Amino acid sequence: MSKKILEIIGLTREFGIGNSTMKAVDNVSLSLEKGQILGVVGESGSGKSTLARIVMALDKPTAGNVLFENEDIFALSASKLRRLRSNFQMIFQDPYGSLDPRHKISRIIAEPLHLEANAPRGKALRDRIGKLLEEVGLAAEDMDKYPHEFSGGQRQRVAIARALITKPKLIVADEATSALDLTVQAQILKLILEMRDTHGISVLFITHNIGVVDEICDSVAVMQSGKLVETGPVRQVLDNPRESYTKRLLSAEPTLDKIGRKKHQVSESPP
Amino acid sequence: MMLEIKDLKVGFQNEVGPATDVVHGISFSLGKGETLGIVGESGSGKSVLSLATIGLLPKTAKATGEILFNGEDILTMSERELCKLRGSRIGMIFQEPMTALNPAMKVGSQIAEALRLHSNISRADANAEALRLLEMVKIPDAKRKMHSYPHEMSGGQRQRVGIAIALSLKPDLLIADEPTTALDVTVQAEILDILDDLVTELGIALILISHDLGVIARIADRTLVMYRGNEMEQGETERVLRQPSHDYTRKLLSALPRRARAGLDVMAPTTLGDSV
Amino acid sequence: MKRLPWSLIVGGTITAILIFAAIVSQFWTPVDPTAINIGNRLKGPGEGGILGSDHFGRDELSMIMAGAWVSLGIAFSAIAVGGLIGTVLGVVAASERGPFEALIMRVNDVLFAFPPVLSAILLAAILGGGPVTTIVAIALFMIPVFARVTRSAALQIWARDYILAARMSGKSSARITLEHVIPNIAAQIIVQIAIQTGLGILTEAGLSFLGLGIAPPTPSWGRMLADAQTYLTIAPHLVFVPGIAICTAVLGLNLLGDGLRDLTDPRRRQST
Repeated sequence: MSKKILEIIGLTREFGIGNSTMKAVDNVSLSLEKGQILGVVGESGSGKSTLARIVMALDKPTAGNVLFENEDIFALSASKLRRLRSNFQMIFQDPYGSLDPRHKISRIIAEPLHLEANAPRGKALRDRIGKLLEEVGLAAEDMDKYPHEFSGGQRQRVAIARALITKPKLIVADEATSALDLTVQAQILKLILEMRDTHGISVLFITHNIGVVDEICDSVAVMQSGKLVETGPVRQVLDNPRESYTKRLLSAEPTLDKIGRKKHQVSESPP
Repeated sequence: MMLEIKDLKVGFQNEVGPATDVVHGISFSLGKGETLGIVGESGSGKSVLSLATIGLLPKTAKATGEILFNGEDILTMSERELCKLRGSRIGMIFQEPMTALNPAMKVGSQIAEALRLHSNISRADANAEALRLLEMVKIPDAKRKMHSYPHEMSGGQRQRVGIAIALSLKPDLLIADEPTTALDVTVQAEILDILDDLVTELGIALILISHDLGVIARIADRTLVMYRGNEMEQGETERVLRQPSHDYTRKLLSALPRRARAGLDVMAPTTLGDSV
Repeated sequence: MKRLPWSLIVGGTITAILIFAAIVSQFWTPVDPTAINIGNRLKGPGEGGILGSDHFGRDELSMIMAGAWVSLGIAFSAIAVGGLIGTVLGVVAASERGPFEALIMRVNDVLFAFPPVLSAILLAAILGGGPVTTIVAIALFMIPVFARVTRSAALQIWARDYILAARMSGKSSARITLEHVIPNIAAQIIVQIAIQTGLGILTEAGLSFLGLGIAPPTPSWGRMLADAQTYLTIAPHLVFVPGIAICTAVLGLNLLGDGLRDLTDPRRRQST
């Protein structure tokens, strides 16, 4: 049991719309083991992003608990939660919106150190930032540049460096590769896998793309309209889906299995 | 050939210094009932190419070469002739249909309006035709949806309305720029089915621009691969995907998640993120 | 080098001349702007001084220069007070949301309902006329203007992911406002300052015209215009000189604001 880094128990989040309420997340339970990558896959309105925000304690659940290393993060005092925060970091979807255009890369990457009491300063800090930049495939000199000098994929690397600076145990990636070109997506996925392998970081990977889940996840949870549809090891869920929604999702994904249009019979009458 | 593009080059003037060339000599042709897929990553020039084809390039752009649509060169047409062409012979479908829809107008009226603007038919006939078009793009409960506003519809339904509007003028050519990129996969599959049927049943030509090889494989008879304004290769989709002749095409294929490219057994095994 | 927008060049030049004239007037004017010279009454441009003289024989050019100091001084002071309060209210409303935001914005609506002329009359009744009354009246009007602009600009910034990233690193709302929000909306605030200064000059002239502004004999564009009415038929230049000064100043500041907006708004930039 102690191997579990994250446990989500009976999580529900309701939003009020006028007089009625809508359940964005409806009684979801999930767990993530140390050093594993858990994919949460679903379409728009599935509640996967709301789930991510609650796990990051950016939003509060209506009911249910989130245990981080067996500690209920919503039962913690504000100061204790703040101290715990350096253990989990987030990577966002839009690499253009997640970096402050007015800040230098060094300042952006150092931001999560804000609350660390004995955070490095001066040269030690610059050394650490430089090393991280090299680790994510950029150059140490890049720290004195501004975000607009980088491409989308490079910005996502900066965002990953920012997430790594506190040496977190858990990273939540919310559609972290969805806005990128395919070739860049492949590189960023590779980078995330390396992060996991070298630092033993656990990853909660939120995505709509089943191909990506298949590529890097150890286990997967399928969500639809706030509810958990199916969960299990990736091979089990993707190769032998039990639920009809999972099957539909799998078959809708465009693949190169069949190439070309449906051939229509000549006899078919036009509408 | 309905559409023939010969050695098209597009450059953008800069305030200072030489023009930036974004399309460097692209040629292709397309006949009735055919679909052409144009695939490329950001910066490949694929969207500029599509804008040039309907004569919608911004004023700062300069295009050379020929874009022959039914034998007439779009590049030499006056704005007046272009308007007529865009309104009737060429339809366009956008990534975000909301931008093409008037948010303050019911969708039925929007389609009917477009019909009445270009042909001399009565309001009742226009409404009947609008309903027929909505049924053609398989909007569930089309009769009721005629009276909906765009914001009351889902993204997939709005895209169907976008297609219905593009079809309302019975175009010969339909240009769809990333029409399913903003949609969920299950909805994407439905929209691609509809486009496929329309091409077959109405005999229109379709140019579909996408960054997703899976989408291209599903809908395109022929495929043009672009990179930084250049043609990498062009040919039957089946041939391009199964026996790519250019390294860049191979790079694109290998960047696909394993699941998506599993069907291409001829591909040599590649690892994630292989650099070129 | 990017080419600067023409509006910025023209507006900036006009504004620079205006500020220069205002500053010079504190040390030197062709003639003492308050010096009465009855022998030189109502002379046209060229006859008595470059821009002529008024019904007391005072030199128009000297009065315009001194009036620029008064106009700009009052407009800038009002912007400094009203703009600062409005900006603080705007960014706080955007960061706190909820009932506090609603309260701030409703108070703004009430303030907005009082045109500066009306508040100046009310304030003059309480405080008496003079520069302070004029500044307070204009500043009161500026508060909601700046609060609205900064609030909506700040709300857009608050929706960005880099704000989420900052929140996750445990930064307080105040700190996020200082570090992320204000630097990213500074350009919009500067544009507003330029445009609203133009409006401030116009309002000051209007108040002086009505006799609610600064007290004589300190020269003021608005009062020059009011005095000139009597002599409209015999000395039309007395209307044109301050009238053109007001128009040019307002136009210059508006162009400057537009130019700054063009320079800083990425949507208006040429795409690559």
